[in-house]
Amino acid sequence: MSRRHAEEGDLVMAMNNVGRPTAAIANNGAAPTTFSGARGLLQPTSLIFETGSIDRTGVDLPPVKGVKTRLGGLARKSSTGNPGLSEPEAVRHYVRLSQRNYAIDLGMFPLGSCTMKHNARLNEKMARLPGFADVHPLQPVSTVQGALGVMDQLSHWLITLTGMKAVALSPKAGAHGELCGMLAIRAALDAQGQTHRRRVLVPESAHGTNPATAVQCGFIVDEIKAAPDGRVDLSDLKTKLGEDVAGIMLTNPNTCGLFERDIREIADLIHAAGGYFYCDGANFNAIAGRVRPGDLGVDAMHINLHKTFSTPHGGGGPGSGPTVLSDALAPFAPVPYVVTRADGSLDLVEHEADSDGEPFGRMVAFHGQMGMYTRALTYMLSHGADGIKQASEDAVLNANYVQACLKEHMSPAFDGVCMHEALFDDSWLEGTGVTTLDFAKAMIDEGYHPMTMYFPLVVHGAMLIEPTESESKASLDAFIASMTGLAKAAKAGDTTRFTGAPYHAPVKRLDETRAARKPVLKWAPPVEASKIAAE
Amino acid sequence: MRYLPLTPSDREQMLAKVGVASIEDLFLDVPEIARLDGPIHDLPFAQGELAVERHMQRLSNASVAAGSVPFFCGAGAYRHAVPASVDHLIQRSEFLTTYTPYQPEMAQGTVQTLFEFQSQVAGLLACDVANASMYDGSTACAEAVVMAARVTKRTKVVFSGGLHPHYRRAARTLAKHSGLEIAGLPIAIQDEAAVLAAVDQNTACVVVQCPNVFGTLTDFTELAKAVQAKGALLIAVFTEAVAFGLITPPGEMGADIVAGEGQSIGNALNFGGPYVGLFATKDKYVRQMPGRLAGETVDADGTRGFVLTLSTREQHIRRDKATSNICTNSGLCALAFTIHMTLLGDKGLKHLAQLNHEAACETADAVSSIEGVELLSDSFFNEFAVRLPVNAAKAVEAMAAQNVLGGVPYSRLRQEAGFENVLLIAATETTTAEDIACLADTLKKVI
Repeated sequence: MSRRHAEEGDLVMAMNNVGRPTAAIANNGAAPTTFSGARGLLQPTSLIFETGSIDRTGVDLPPVKGVKTRLGGLARKSSTGNPGLSEPEAVRHYVRLSQRNYAIDLGMFPLGSCTMKHNARLNEKMARLPGFADVHPLQPVSTVQGALGVMDQLSHWLITLTGMKAVALSPKAGAHGELCGMLAIRAALDAQGQTHRRRVLVPESAHGTNPATAVQCGFIVDEIKAAPDGRVDLSDLKTKLGEDVAGIMLTNPNTCGLFERDIREIADLIHAAGGYFYCDGANFNAIAGRVRPGDLGVDAMHINLHKTFSTPHGGGGPGSGPTVLSDALAPFAPVPYVVTRADGSLDLVEHEADSDGEPFGRMVAFHGQMGMYTRALTYMLSHGADGIKQASEDAVLNANYVQACLKEHMSPAFDGVCMHEALFDDSWLEGTGVTTLDFAKAMIDEGYHPMTMYFPLVVHGAMLIEPTESESKASLDAFIASMTGLAKAAKAGDTTRFTGAPYHAPVKRLDETRAARKPVLKWAPPVEASKIAAE
Repeated sequence: MRYLPLTPSDREQMLAKVGVASIEDLFLDVPEIARLDGPIHDLPFAQGELAVERHMQRLSNASVAAGSVPFFCGAGAYRHAVPASVDHLIQRSEFLTTYTPYQPEMAQGTVQTLFEFQSQVAGLLACDVANASMYDGSTACAEAVVMAARVTKRTKVVFSGGLHPHYRRAARTLAKHSGLEIAGLPIAIQDEAAVLAAVDQNTACVVVQCPNVFGTLTDFTELAKAVQAKGALLIAVFTEAVAFGLITPPGEMGADIVAGEGQSIGNALNFGGPYVGLFATKDKYVRQMPGRLAGETVDADGTRGFVLTLSTREQHIRRDKATSNICTNSGLCALAFTIHMTLLGDKGLKHLAQLNHEAACETADAVSSIEGVELLSDSFFNEFAVRLPVNAAKAVEAMAAQNVLGGVPYSRLRQEAGFENVLLIAATETTTAEDIACLADTLKKVI
């Protein structure tokens, strides 16, 4: 049969609406529940344990040969209990689940302190090049010169951008970078015989990782108060200096989105007292390319490649936390690190004189997050020194614009300009019956990921908004209009909009208390589940 | 700059709204001495995609990709065939470009996959409960050690000589600063008796590995009982998760905490990272666990949903009293793991594990038939150790010069007298008969 083109009048598709009414008849009642459980494009989901089967697989493998095993009597007899899905089922399962996620690619994600900026796809493409992705960490160094080249070039960028002496690339995430910096400080103190210095000063506005890290390094934490302007209270700091102080952990710009004006004085005070200055670099995006932490007296600082240098957050990692070190701490870096040999080739130093690794040792197997190094280096090469500077400026400008536009409706926590994030407290919600949490959940209905809430702890009902440089002015204006609308609604007494929110998300507000009271942390067959409930 | 949407006129309007004359006015809190007057020197300026890609491609070309040559490296990282759909799915914008699921109503995709991941890991390792991932196997091992000290309120740690040296050192770094005393046993292919003998009334845990760094399989069931009878915990470490498709999982041997590397399911070699640490334990220790946990709950309508839970263990709530400082973990690598595991299922995993074991058996036969090469592992999964008549690092270099990546010399992990000639050789389902023949030929030539 020959094919012919459709001619006018042919009923080739069920699209001929001529003469038929297309408008829905008005329905004032609630939307009916569907028989399938779907809500239009939002498909129902189930757990793989409910749809998969123990004897199904979505991977075709060559037949086994029946070689005699050498398992030493340790052959597994039990089932893992893990069901399999065919490929089409698996793809559909994960695509449906993905549609229940919000993401920076869908809209603005102003989660303060998290720097949710655009993740360039060139970075993804480069990270998958076989010379980076398909290389084993223990291949002979002669066969991994390109991978070492990435590490070497990334190190150059990080050292130059921060004005520091050295960088330890291996920390796996920000908190691991904190651990690296604090362990370097401990190693330096121990080397000087200053083993009595065990007190670390941490501002009360710090990320929770700071005190947790200090304790993991065997230090004790001493909190410093915040001054009324949201910065470190210098007089409180002075009273806490002493013979036993190992150092300070200070975020700059701090978690209130403010630059610590007295940072040089703080550095001098801590150094004069015999301690070291650890800077939490979580907020480096505000100043990258404009200010070098080395010029501020910093001894160690981790850099979240997954924030400032845009390696994707991936729903909670992987991160990467290279830690830059000052002259004083550079000798105490962990292994491994890259060195250039006399012939210009690159080498890896993986061992220290003592095979058990004094004074610092090793934090991790292998060399850290190579996949993040390639993405971050691609970001840096794309932006250049000029683009990185411009990005910081735009990030700061965007935050200040949001603050300026919202301050009539919400209450900024502090006066004056901010850095890359704008902090509000909840005093403007007083008497409305709406909490910061309720307000955040209503933002979900507006199609925005909420800002960071209830952090930093020094501000009541904190709302921390970080737009990043990735947002256009039009995008910010739309966000501001939405926030303004919500603020007015809260003040006008439209409380159900908030207290019952979210209404338009794939699920309604989830009961987190119940989850913690009776933890269900893995799937169990329904029979077993009812038995557990009965117990 | 293609990633920056603001135009010069946008910037002007926005500065006016803020009420400042220039961008400099927003940086006045920076001490004058630290304000730079232009872009930082010694760094290039912005480049287009083409130029950047050319630069990176050149670097990539300067490495030998594992897939381009006969390849036998393991020792903690394994090359497996990952289905194309895995990498496609993890690059879905909604998975790739989202944050930790702090707002669960708009992150059900992430939290449910973590719940499924935990369930799969618990099933794989035969443990009561698994967390939502750690950075990698070595840091999971380190966290297990300090957790055991919390549980037992004791301060001594015993490391088996069969533990991966990088794991031992990473754990030692964390443990020594937590005030723990380290008893590292001499490097040995098997040492259960010595491990047990080292346990005293102050021992918090012993750390053993199966398959261990030499590939050897050991049943720790009796050791676990004996260690527990002395009030200490047994931590079982592994570096090759595929093994548990074929060998007895650590939970069935009675391990109290299981910590290991999940890279070999769903994740590429990536020159050492990012990987995904697996961490599991008994129900009774769940509140001492580090890391995130996804749990089931219901929403306001009674519909099932998932949230991060038991966060009172964690740093953002407990600060200096947290069980760990970990925050960001390995979410996307855990996603790759769970998708690959879902495609495999129990049936596919067992099949895959058998193929690995067969490839290793054939490789072991080919290599140990070479005169002067001694097979050191009686039992193994997909990796084994041999003693060469020559220095193993030199042999590996010589093989690399002939385009064969013939394994990992033990000395690369730890420089230890008596182990200079020990070579670790791994084979997987990606290993072909030609690869094995090529390895045997090349090894024969270089020793």
